[in-house]
Amino acid sequence: MQNNQTSQEIIKDPTPLQETWYNLKKNKGAMVGMTIILIFIFMAIFAPLISPFDPLAQIIEDRKTPMFTNGHVFGTDDLGRDMLSRLIYGARISMAIGVISVGISLVFGILIGVTSAYFGGIYDKIVMRIIDIMLAFPYILLTIVIVSVLGPSLMNAMVAIGISQIPRYARVVRASVLAEKEADYVLAERALGAGNFELMFLTILPNCLSPTIVQATLGVGEAILSSAGLSFLGLGAQPPTPEWGLMIASSKEFITNAWWIVTLPGIAILLAVLGFNLFGDGLRDILDPKMRN
Amino acid sequence: MFKHILKRLSLLIPTIFGVVTLVFFMIALAPGDPARVMLGERANAEQIEQLRAELGLDKPLIQQYGLYLSRIVRLDLGKSITSGQKIASEIKERFPATIELAIWAMLFATVLGVLLGVTSAIRRNTWVDYTTMGGALVGVSMPVFWLGLVLIMIFSVWLDLLPTGGRMNIRYFFEPITNFYVIDGIIMWFKEGTPKFLVSALRHLILPTIALGTIPLAIIARTTRSSMLEVLQQDYIKTARSAGIKERRVIYRYALRNALLPVITVIGLQFGLLLSGAILTETVFSWPGIGKWIYVAIGARDYPAVQGGIIFISIFFVLINLVVDILYSVVNPKIRLQ
Repeated sequence: MQNNQTSQEIIKDPTPLQETWYNLKKNKGAMVGMTIILIFIFMAIFAPLISPFDPLAQIIEDRKTPMFTNGHVFGTDDLGRDMLSRLIYGARISMAIGVISVGISLVFGILIGVTSAYFGGIYDKIVMRIIDIMLAFPYILLTIVIVSVLGPSLMNAMVAIGISQIPRYARVVRASVLAEKEADYVLAERALGAGNFELMFLTILPNCLSPTIVQATLGVGEAILSSAGLSFLGLGAQPPTPEWGLMIASSKEFITNAWWIVTLPGIAILLAVLGFNLFGDGLRDILDPKMRN
Repeated sequence: MFKHILKRLSLLIPTIFGVVTLVFFMIALAPGDPARVMLGERANAEQIEQLRAELGLDKPLIQQYGLYLSRIVRLDLGKSITSGQKIASEIKERFPATIELAIWAMLFATVLGVLLGVTSAIRRNTWVDYTTMGGALVGVSMPVFWLGLVLIMIFSVWLDLLPTGGRMNIRYFFEPITNFYVIDGIIMWFKEGTPKFLVSALRHLILPTIALGTIPLAIIARTTRSSMLEVLQQDYIKTARSAGIKERRVIYRYALRNALLPVITVIGLQFGLLLSGAILTETVFSWPGIGKWIYVAIGARDYPAVQGGIIFISIFFVLINLVVDILYSVVNPKIRLQ
């Protein structure tokens, strides 16, 4: 194994990846965050194998079973569905939300940010004006507007969250491309005859990824929170999907007699988001000391 | 400084214009005919045509847009479909509730956030610092609506200490004067000699204030801490200390003043975000403000109301950001003296 402590110090010229990993291992918060993320990813992948029950199966005689009874570790909900199984399947949905919506904002954010910084001029001015207007919107309202245009569904909620976050990524990418584009290595590549596309995406972009990666990690947590909020408002996942936000929404009348139905999905959201925030903060401290606050 | 303020002011109109345009076209391009949606499945073609004409939907899109703009300029947001009332007056009626809650939430977040931020900066790397920053991280990772429900569960259902929702005990005969219930409560105290209205208004405010204020609280505490740590390393702080000035005075008089500059921006931004976060909080606490009203309008597919409400909040958000920016340039000597 190359990654154990002793061999780590022997590596003379560590690659950026090795160096990041080495620093990351010393950051306790980031390691806790990573562990939480890995547990949720594990749950997401192996949901059918580790769930004790079918998340959609309603056992009418077992409705609102308290925790640790009748084989239901986390009890059952108002329709007699096993809470633990629903929470495990919920991890699947939340991880998908994170990946898909952040994916959308990343792809378009990078495309817009790189091109507007690289070409500059009137194109840059127009693009940045539109981005400013999008940022002038409170973020949640923007997603609500987009979902009400597309119609309420989980997929549309992910798209809405993805779109409304594009401006942030575009700005981060644009700023770092602006800082890099006049650097000597770029001028050298250009002198060697590299075309615009090659310069933008193969020469400059790889050197601008650090802040973008930090933003994306923190963005996953934010996407999970936003999607829970949209589902709570009836604009995201629809029943009987075991989405955590929706589980909270559909259980709010039971806070008087079945506390676990409303409490547990919230704790699941909290843990998942906390994991990404811890990991993202750690990454930021290492990759991007300037952004630290 | 005036140049800076003028520059910001000149950006205001294009930004508001952009926001209105964006909302208009997104809602206008929504699939499905709003008239059909509003009237339901059983409406006949004639009724739908009539409503389309009433709403101006039969005209070309660009003409609709022109009409909408000219109405917005006159502060006319159209009529709500569900209530038939003017949207502008519905907003006017509900806005005080939203603002009242937002102000309390922001006060709670600012006072506690600055206090916690300063404390953890001076006690850096002690358990106080770790607990506060850990708490702040949990605070930003939590769904607000869930926190609201948990607070209701603990303080209203289990302990039976505070009301579950609303703004005033419904058994009281209460006629709002300013629609800011705390102020109304004080006025009623003078008028009727009983503080019960004020007490009830405050009791109803506690849980929503905590729920809505938690995220800004966490963010303000984090910002204050890091800004304070930065300022404490500056030379003038060392000078002040070596001159023998008391530590308390160094911190609160010299350091905090400068450390608060970035915090002001964060407070302004968070205040704007509170208004949109209010959609979730108001829904949980049945708080009769704009947020809950938009939520109901979304459910009823009352497009003009959703459109009007969102445009109103967005413009308010833009204005708050502008005020904060100007305020910032006034208090920041670097910009002021330019």
